[in-house]
Amino acid sequence: MATLDVAAIKADFPIFKRTVRNDHRLVYLDSGATSQKPFQVLDAERNFYENHNAAVHRGAHLLAEEATDAFEHARANIARFIGAQADDLVFTKNATEAINLISYSFLNATLKSLRGADLPKGVERFVLAEGDEILVSEMEHHANLVPWQELCEKTGAVLRWIGLTEDGRLELSDPSLFNSRTKMVAVTHQSNLLGTVNDVPAIVKLAESVGALVFLDACQSVPHMPVDVVALGVDFIAWSGHKMLGPLGIGCLWGKSEVLSAMPPFISGGSMIESVSMERTTFAAPPKRFEAGVPMAAQAVGMSAAVDYLNALGMASVAQHEHMLTEAALAGLADIPGLRIIGPENSIDRGSAVSFVLEGLHPHDVGQVLDESGIAVRVGQHCAKPACIRFGVQATTRATFYIYNDLEDVDALVAGIYSAKKFFGV
Amino acid sequence: MKLENMYQEIILDHYKHPHGKGLAEAFDAEVHHVNPTCGDEITLRVSRGTDGKFSVSYDSMGCSISQASASIMFDQINNHDFKSGEAAVDHLVAMLQRSVEADEDVLGDGIALAGVAQYPARVKCALLAWMAWKDAAIQAGAESQLETRISIDSNKEQN
Repeated sequence: MATLDVAAIKADFPIFKRTVRNDHRLVYLDSGATSQKPFQVLDAERNFYENHNAAVHRGAHLLAEEATDAFEHARANIARFIGAQADDLVFTKNATEAINLISYSFLNATLKSLRGADLPKGVERFVLAEGDEILVSEMEHHANLVPWQELCEKTGAVLRWIGLTEDGRLELSDPSLFNSRTKMVAVTHQSNLLGTVNDVPAIVKLAESVGALVFLDACQSVPHMPVDVVALGVDFIAWSGHKMLGPLGIGCLWGKSEVLSAMPPFISGGSMIESVSMERTTFAAPPKRFEAGVPMAAQAVGMSAAVDYLNALGMASVAQHEHMLTEAALAGLADIPGLRIIGPENSIDRGSAVSFVLEGLHPHDVGQVLDESGIAVRVGQHCAKPACIRFGVQATTRATFYIYNDLEDVDALVAGIYSAKKFFGV
Repeated sequence: MKLENMYQEIILDHYKHPHGKGLAEAFDAEVHHVNPTCGDEITLRVSRGTDGKFSVSYDSMGCSISQASASIMFDQINNHDFKSGEAAVDHLVAMLQRSVEADEDVLGDGIALAGVAQYPARVKCALLAWMAWKDAAIQAGAESQLETRISIDSNKEQN
């Protein structure tokens, strides 16, 4: 495993050429919200528009061929990155849409079933009856909670959740959470608020024992650690391009081939069809069934370039680098009087999202003082309000680390927090 | 350093020693407003007197700007009629949009919030209590004469 050369990496990211408030260097500790982009990604996207731009899967001309090739090459490359086949990878506008795609597949299958429609084989797994259960956890991002709440409200299914231990781990000791009514288990791989990396094999085992499908929110894992969907044994994962050095506006849903094949479409229209008459439509096979309209080819090409960039570094090296920074950050923060880590206090099974609160100081004020020294963190509830409530905090300050951060950034964070305490006299 | 422009001594003083905090038992209208960016929350109650003046009480949690602003709001608007209170809200909004010079006669210590205008993400914090007051007063029967030129997402979870 190679040690990352942060100076060389930084040189690839144009944004680090600028300074921020008061001419400070940028200490970017908000990659958990969105990552910065290397010029390789920007160039790939620009090259697509400059030289190959056309609507993919349409047109009989050279540019359409090249654009389609670039798009499908990107799909294969991104799929390989998670150990998957290209045909099992669906492009969406973001991870949130990917999760909605699954929840609406459930809803659409349930509605069609209620009308007595002939359902293709396998769809019954997506039909919910009143009293069926969807299982989530208390640490979910709102994107992996609200769609399931909505689905339950519309179908009469019941939402249940796995609670959290004091140190921010899943409380898996209640076996009744996984039962014969459990149809779907939707949990995060790595918590965006707490940093916890969940025990996926344990969850898969419990879900398999009751025949439930498993969805993994991989937004905070795929960009930061090696992920192999086959080894994980889950049925679906979703993540976004923009948190892994790629462009905004593109996300991915991966699903097992037999599961995707059984799912009814979510968004309908052009491209996703097999045959259309005025009376009825039959749908294309996945992934096209889930990609209505002209797709985001330039973003796919950019995301593929991000995959190449990360592959060149090696995901094991990326994970190791972040682990080293996380350990340093946890150690530095532990010494600050009045500071409480929200989430695991050690670096075991933990990613680089480090959330904390300071006695007598509101996170927004902490963030403001840090920003004054060029340190970008996120403050608030991080789209995970239930987890904030669980730990009795109104909001937190969160630092997240990535490939372009180094120990100097950790030191800047720690020094910045001391400045904030001094400024507010706490 | 610009930071001191926003966090003036008087703001920090209101933050640490808020005026009028604590809910009254009796009220004609109660509202709960949140600022999802921060997690700031305020519960605000108004009672309308026979003289048309509104007494205000509130309880709140949040960042220094939102808490100081609530304290200042109490100083400026408590036991005022709606017209005068709404004029103060409107003036605060205009000041935070940098479209008027701050008038101490209207805003009192609120003129110290002028520095917030340099930080767009904090404008909502400064407006939270004032918008809650306006909402509560209208719910208690006041009729708005002015179009408030900025809206905040009240009672909505956004992030």
